Amino acid sequence: MLRRLHHEQPESFAFTPPNQQWAELQMTKFPEGRQASAIIPLLWRAQEQEGWLSRPAIEHIADMLGMPYIRALEVATFYFMFQLQPVGSVAHIQVCGTTSCMICGAEDLIAVCKEKIAANAHELSEDGKLSWEEVECLGACANAPMAQIGKDYYEDLTAKRFGEIIDELRAGKVPVPGPQNGRYAAEPLSGLTSLTEHESGKKQYNASAQLAVDLGETVKRIDGTEVPILTPWLKGRDKSATKAEAPAPKAEPKKAEPKKAAPKKAKAAEAAPATEGTKPSGLETARGGQADDLKQIKGVGPKLEALLNSMGYYHFDQIAEWTAEEVAWVDQNLVGFKGRVSRDAWVDQAKVLAAGGETEFSSRVKDGGVYEK
Amino acid sequence: MLKDQDRIFTNIYGMHDRTLAGAKARGHWDGTAGIIQKGRDWIVDQMKASGLRGRGGAGFPTGLKWSFMPKESDGRPSYLVINADESEPGTCKDREIMRHDPHTLIEGALIASFAMGANISYIYIRGEFIREREALQAAIDEAYDAGLLGKNAAGSGWDFDLFLHHGAGAYICGEETALIESLEGKKGMPRMKPPFPAGAGLYGCPTTVNNVESIAVVPTILRRGPEWFTGFGRPNNAGTKLFGISGHVNNPCVVEEAMSISFEELIEKHCGGIRGGWDNLLAVIPGGSSVPCVRGENMRDAIMDFDYLRGELGSGLGTAAVIVMDKNTDIIKAIWRLSKFYKHESCGQCTPCREGTGWMMRVMDRLVRGEAEVEEIDMLFDVTKQVEGHTICALGDAAAWPIQGLIKNFREEIEDRIKAQKTGRMGAMAAE
Repeated sequence: MLRRLHHEQPESFAFTPPNQQWAELQMTKFPEGRQASAIIPLLWRAQEQEGWLSRPAIEHIADMLGMPYIRALEVATFYFMFQLQPVGSVAHIQVCGTTSCMICGAEDLIAVCKEKIAANAHELSEDGKLSWEEVECLGACANAPMAQIGKDYYEDLTAKRFGEIIDELRAGKVPVPGPQNGRYAAEPLSGLTSLTEHESGKKQYNASAQLAVDLGETVKRIDGTEVPILTPWLKGRDKSATKAEAPAPKAEPKKAEPKKAAPKKAKAAEAAPATEGTKPSGLETARGGQADDLKQIKGVGPKLEALLNSMGYYHFDQIAEWTAEEVAWVDQNLVGFKGRVSRDAWVDQAKVLAAGGETEFSSRVKDGGVYEK
Repeated sequence: MLKDQDRIFTNIYGMHDRTLAGAKARGHWDGTAGIIQKGRDWIVDQMKASGLRGRGGAGFPTGLKWSFMPKESDGRPSYLVINADESEPGTCKDREIMRHDPHTLIEGALIASFAMGANISYIYIRGEFIREREALQAAIDEAYDAGLLGKNAAGSGWDFDLFLHHGAGAYICGEETALIESLEGKKGMPRMKPPFPAGAGLYGCPTTVNNVESIAVVPTILRRGPEWFTGFGRPNNAGTKLFGISGHVNNPCVVEEAMSISFEELIEKHCGGIRGGWDNLLAVIPGGSSVPCVRGENMRDAIMDFDYLRGELGSGLGTAAVIVMDKNTDIIKAIWRLSKFYKHESCGQCTPCREGTGWMMRVMDRLVRGEAEVEEIDMLFDVTKQVEGHTICALGDAAAWPIQGLIKNFREEIEDRIKAQKTGRMGAMAAE
């Protein structure tokens, strides 16, 4: 299916600071050098923040992950959850239309969308508040028919109830998600036929609906402040780091912290651009106003060159002299490009280039085969 | 009927305490370190002996799959990737595990990862399951806080990190190599095999991809022993299984039952019978959209397991996603909708699938309206045979089989509709 970027695009994109922090921490789930793995969650967060996915957002994320733009665009256009055009300002409603839902009345729900929102899918309602589309199986077949609105599933719908939900959304209310016919989750409507003794500790709603009610952000634009940003996997990493400190005292107080009450600050400190290593000294400006073409180093593109210049590094000989400590610092502090210095062996390359030599890559750059169009 | 004490997922409806404390009270995370200390070979042997067949649709023996992983690392890490990209139409079981009984999965991930020498596991959950992702991540955070994950996980001496990752609405990412591509940050296009993931999977490293339910049942099987598990179901079809029943039954639901339960018992015990009674049953798709449909009259006595449904009825158990259709259903349209699904979800890599799914959908579209020639039924069947088996992954097959099932089982209905359209009269079937 052909999916293209919208003809009108915003000027720029930036994550809110908490979303930016969240995004950087997501990248730590993957091995060094495999940060491109995080692209789907990051694109998704951008869409949660803005409502849809714009070209500046895709490019911003590609830069963060050190990916060529075209690879990020491929991902954004391949996956159908990415909305490439503006959606309703209140909510975009996705009705499941695949067989189980279809034979249970999904076509009636789509008729409601056409009547109450817009005649065609992906078209904004007249008031701009809502849009809709028919989507493929959403995986709640025992609760058919159903629709996803924002983060949540509204299940066991009838056309009448669905119409009411749309009216409530338009009026600024968010109806409680989950089954709309009195069921709790996916048990038989007439009553339990199994697990009858397992009802203790029952909360008011099933796990999905309970989260929706507790957090209240079903159709909210997500700015990253809704829930604490937790990264429990980084705790273990501190301990396994090269420092041979006794791990016990470090781990104990952290464990004792109440989980919910220890939000961002503590975690941020854990993962903030590390103070590991030492910062190599930089220059105010290039010597003689003439910087070296750092792009001759394999692994340094125009973006990284600009970043390095901004940090005070303009010359091959500067990079050639970095010590292991200094490489560690730069590796940690190249925002969006962590680990590149050691991965691509910049120092070795810079030594050759500083001495006036050539690498296979630098000669290709000089021949105009890499960066010129 | 399966007794509650023999059910593995005792909180599948989420009515009991969903926290770690609740899970422990129900017997999960009991003696996990002890299981791990019995060693890799013991675990794999027990899994083989249990006869567990993968719950993601293909039914490949789980223990055998694990044994393909290298015993000694050649320097590359090993990975367990858990396929939570539940998107097969009709299938809605893993969702219930992840939001309501997540600790079964987390404990299983630890044990399974140990058994294949993996210190890292990724769960790939479909993008639409946003609340399920939040619920599962909360359970993972809880497990980390309790020392059940991370360094020396659960006191077992094994270091283990479990990461939750998600997709963004592509059915094809349920195919294991497409899932790996997606997890690497690419379009979800299946890879050529060999090499198989156990040789070169995620990041080129040895990888096993298992379904959520396959992993979540592991701890209970190991605690109770393979004999207990093989005590349910016929030989080669062992165990208990989550069934998701949707469509025209009085009470659609997700329920855990013994394998090889009869269709009638499953429907009568848990679903309150067929809407309008057994005489009103038209057709059943017994294993999710990818398996051929079966005529209602052949289903009543059917045994719900891999071998019976494939061998006797030419269908399959798949994910045990049972879609029931009564006589009010337009069966041609119901299958057309699946054709539309496969056309939408084809990744476009292989020509027979990319072109074939669209072609098949357009012919199905005309068959729904009866605007076709009778000969075109055979032509359509022939095209499904040309798509089947000629693509990198099984999506081409999955798109072909529902149509083949329709033609084999409901040919007269299609012909009737074409004739009715030609003569302008309602046919005998259409008038019902």
